[in-house]
Amino acid sequence: MPALEGWFTLDPDNPALLGSRCPRCGTYAFPAASSYCANPACEASEFEQVPLSRTGRIWSYTDARYQPPPPYVPADPYEPFCIAAVELAQEKMVVMGQVVPGVSVEDLAVGDEVELVLDTLYRDDEHEYLVWKWRPLGKGRSA
Amino acid sequence: MPDDRRVAVLGAGMHPWGKWGRNFVEYGLAAARDALGDARLSWPDIQFVSGADTIRNGYPGFIAGATFAQALGWTGARVSSCYAACASGAAAIANARAQILAGLCDVALVVGADTTPKGFFAPVGGERRDDPDWLRFHLLGATNPTYFALYARRRMDRFGATDEDFAQVKVKNARHGLANPNARYRKVVTVDEVLDSPVVADPLRLLEICATSDGGAALVLSSMEFARRHGAAGPLVTVSAVSTVTPRFPNTVIEMPNFSTDSAAAVGSGADGASFRPSITRAAYEEAGIGPDDVDLAEVYDLSAALELDWYEDIGLCGEGEAEKLLRDGDTTIGGRVPVNPSGGLSCFGEAIPAQAIAQVCECVWQLRGQAEGRQVEGARVAVTANQGLFGHGSSVVVTR
Repeated sequence: MPALEGWFTLDPDNPALLGSRCPRCGTYAFPAASSYCANPACEASEFEQVPLSRTGRIWSYTDARYQPPPPYVPADPYEPFCIAAVELAQEKMVVMGQVVPGVSVEDLAVGDEVELVLDTLYRDDEHEYLVWKWRPLGKGRSA
Repeated sequence: MPDDRRVAVLGAGMHPWGKWGRNFVEYGLAAARDALGDARLSWPDIQFVSGADTIRNGYPGFIAGATFAQALGWTGARVSSCYAACASGAAAIANARAQILAGLCDVALVVGADTTPKGFFAPVGGERRDDPDWLRFHLLGATNPTYFALYARRRMDRFGATDEDFAQVKVKNARHGLANPNARYRKVVTVDEVLDSPVVADPLRLLEICATSDGGAALVLSSMEFARRHGAAGPLVTVSAVSTVTPRFPNTVIEMPNFSTDSAAAVGSGADGASFRPSITRAAYEEAGIGPDDVDLAEVYDLSAALELDWYEDIGLCGEGEAEKLLRDGDTTIGGRVPVNPSGGLSCFGEAIPAQAIAQVCECVWQLRGQAEGRQVEGARVAVTANQGLFGHGSSVVVTR
């Protein structure tokens, strides 16, 4: 199940972040806008829910060598992971996400193309909780 | 600069930064008494108390102005408390300054103090699925150094900054802070020591990321008229501008604690909205009627060693992509053209959130008075501070002699 309801689709093949597009001015938002538009020149109050571009290019990236504090739920033992900020061309915005496991900072570069996938954020006794992650294209596509 | 926009700084005071583990009120009280003594005023002379809040110390932290007023002993002084994340101290200065410039009071006390937990800053307690600060930890494991590291990597990619450049910022600041009695870390650090310290968030290493600290800072501000009547012990130092600007849409740089930037799809990224940080100090310069060429020293928010380089450009000391050259040429070292963080910066202090922007101004005051023993920027007349608080809080103060 999703770690957070309504933020992304659960399509197993082509998952996407669920953002919004302002019907009046065309501004996108993620998380989706529900009551106001970020554009100060726009007074729209209703928004279309839209899937955001599933691919983008890395704006910057880093990793988390030390276990983040709660409310992050770490694997036991803790496994460091990468985080990328990814530029979406159509939306002209940058969206952050973890990078899929098995990728290290040495595998990444600014400008690299990545694709959105769903992956486990954490598990408890009942469920596996899913979150969006970025996967470098051209590397480990079957991972 | 006309008198009607300036306020006088009569006193500056601090409780030393450290990991003392005591109640934040103690630090604020010590800093306030230090500033009052420096101003040669007593607490009952203060007409307005402006507190900078701390959110990790329970209710007394949310109403910090009243907490400090009560600790000093109720006198009936008017009070305000405000929170603007890392920019809280500047917001408290802005409140006191506005009261003075409006003629509502003659003399005000500004205080900020914090007691911080060990390790990474975490969101305040409770499960809040509509709070981006909670969600970034939960969904991404994105700590504060994550964001500092994204900026650092971007600098390396765009401008060719190196690990050695970042280490050199730390080496410089460590040397600056050696003689500062209020600094927490007073130790010479070498480039090799920095590079040998463990990577926390690639490319940033432990010694390049600011710690969380306990500390307190205070200022006594007054109208120019009051200052003339009261007289000053040394050269009179004034606050000539305070910028508390917010970003302009679309803000296309990822900002803590957000997951995403604004979308520029509808409006394009114009010069105005392109980046928040340069707009912060630009507004302060405009208000003070000066430009970056007039600045003799700067105190900037070096949350990471790499971020200090971003600030060189954002406050106009050099053009985009030129910060590494400025550093390598020694321009930002004491003795250079425009020393940055002569106090030692966050690198030597660590961050005591609500006190930090006030502490930046304290350092400027001591520098302009010629009282910064062991770290003095000779002949300094104009100083600027720069800082940014999460959720869109700009903070920049121009201090002049």
